[in-house]
Amino acid sequence: MKRHLLLFLCMISISVFSQELIDSTNVALIDTAITEMQHSGIVLNVCDTPNDDGTSITIKWDINDSLKGYLMDIHRIHGECDTAIALDMNPEKGIHTDNMVHGGTNYMYYALFKKDDIVKKTDNSLPVKAIGQWFNKERFDSFIVLLLIAGAFAWFIYLAKKGKSFYIRKIAGLDAVEEAVGRSTEMGKPIMYLLGIGYVTDIPTIAGLTILGRVAKKAAEYDTRIMVPSYDPVVMTTAQEVVKEAFTEAGRPDAYRKEDTMYITQDQFGYAAGVDGMMMREKPGAIFLQGLFFAESLILAETGYSIGAIQIAGTTETAQLPFFVAACDYTLIGEEMMAASVYLEREPLMLGSIVAEDLIKIIIVFVLIIGFILGLLGHGFKIGFFTDMFEWLVRII
Amino acid sequence: MAISTSIWIWIAALLTLSIYSFLYKDNPFYKFSEKILVGISIGYTVSIYFHNTIIAKVWNPLVHDHNFLVIVPLILGLLMFSRLFKGKAYLSRIPIAFVVGTGCGMSIPSSFENLFKQVQGTMPQVFTIGNIIILIGVLSTLIYFFFSVEHKGIIGKVTRVGITFIMIGFGAAFGATIMARISLFIGRIQFLLGDWLGIIS
Repeated sequence: MKRHLLLFLCMISISVFSQELIDSTNVALIDTAITEMQHSGIVLNVCDTPNDDGTSITIKWDINDSLKGYLMDIHRIHGECDTAIALDMNPEKGIHTDNMVHGGTNYMYYALFKKDDIVKKTDNSLPVKAIGQWFNKERFDSFIVLLLIAGAFAWFIYLAKKGKSFYIRKIAGLDAVEEAVGRSTEMGKPIMYLLGIGYVTDIPTIAGLTILGRVAKKAAEYDTRIMVPSYDPVVMTTAQEVVKEAFTEAGRPDAYRKEDTMYITQDQFGYAAGVDGMMMREKPGAIFLQGLFFAESLILAETGYSIGAIQIAGTTETAQLPFFVAACDYTLIGEEMMAASVYLEREPLMLGSIVAEDLIKIIIVFVLIIGFILGLLGHGFKIGFFTDMFEWLVRII
Repeated sequence: MAISTSIWIWIAALLTLSIYSFLYKDNPFYKFSEKILVGISIGYTVSIYFHNTIIAKVWNPLVHDHNFLVIVPLILGLLMFSRLFKGKAYLSRIPIAFVVGTGCGMSIPSSFENLFKQVQGTMPQVFTIGNIIILIGVLSTLIYFFFSVEHKGIIGKVTRVGITFIMIGFGAAFGATIMARISLFIGRIQFLLGDWLGIIS
């Protein structure tokens, strides 16, 4: 028994001693590494990320030859808490952004460089805190262009207000709006208006809501029911407001049915299945698909086609437009959708903005042509002056 | 392989067939699966919103972090419920106006940046036939979207080139998307024949 006890104590002391030996070896190794690191002059430059909302800190470093082939870990220290924020990075990257910080809190950082059994550690950085900026200086060029574009819009709207008449070309799909509403009325069938699966912040959804106002007004004038199954609750609420206002404008507030602008679901294919079912049961005479559509576009347009409804589609999603072109009677391609509300109402104010848009497009066409000529002379014919001019133009853009 | 004995595989297979039955015509099986899909997706969305928005963005900041700034969006959100009260429904326009205005404002800078990138990408640095075709395509397509000019004469001819480029682009996109849809269909058939019936391995 005594022998066993002695053996047991002996084993414990060996294990404790060996553990201490390992720890002291590691400490020695790290100490040596720290000394090497300090000599090699690696310093983490840590600063608040500029032009952000105050939720990130940028860590930069310059690598030297002695650390080639090492992997790098970066640690963040906040109070007693030491968190690894990046593991096994290639140190030649030279930069890392920590996006998981709270604004106004002090953090320190250090890095470990690892290769086989060797670990080298940098000093802790100075404390740094993330601060949000009110202005993103990187977008100054966007601000200048915004001012120019806003100026052009203001000028043409001013002209329109003064009574200058502007021309707007024929948009085939929109001439069919009245025909579609009239057809539904004659058949005694409702109209279905789909705004897609966008949110109220998406520009195509906003354009779709504007067109909805015009279509709903026509429907009210013809005393035809209009159904708007919606994907998003906020879009549904906005659509209810738009339809209600259109019915009031048409002098038929009594004909407005709130329940016809309803919420389906916020699941893409659940929405498609629900709307398909409604199409089959309600059999609308006209279907408008105006907004942001994705993979459900063909499912909806095909079902509409199968029930024989006249379909007028419009979206800015280039991947879905081919399906609408194939399955619908009329398709508004991209910006035609934005011009649609102007075309339908012909308000002088909105006509002014369409003309301003055209002016901006003309400027873009000229910039492209100038860029092409400069590129041809500079890169094609190798004329240094034009190469410099081309590079300057590209830099400005 | 043998036919599946898992109840979940059977449910998934029968619901798949119910949805496909719509290709024949509207029927009770489709109606049943449609209602299940819509109902479950609404329930799931409500649950996600509750945990990711009400708990994570309202309850935790307010109760645990004492961040009282969240009261402002909370009030805006609650104003949406004013639609339930006749006479006070107009209050719901405030959060809607806020969301629409903020969304438009936020999308303007990114739209400009995209515009710059596209203009920059269209100016060729290396002269190849491809780059010249891209330039002609972009210019003619851009001119197609002029609304204040009648598409007649030289403009009419250029816009015809533009719409041709657009249709070529649509054709390519159509083909690519159809291929992706067919692969989804193949996945479903593999599930029915493999996981469910055990005909294929």
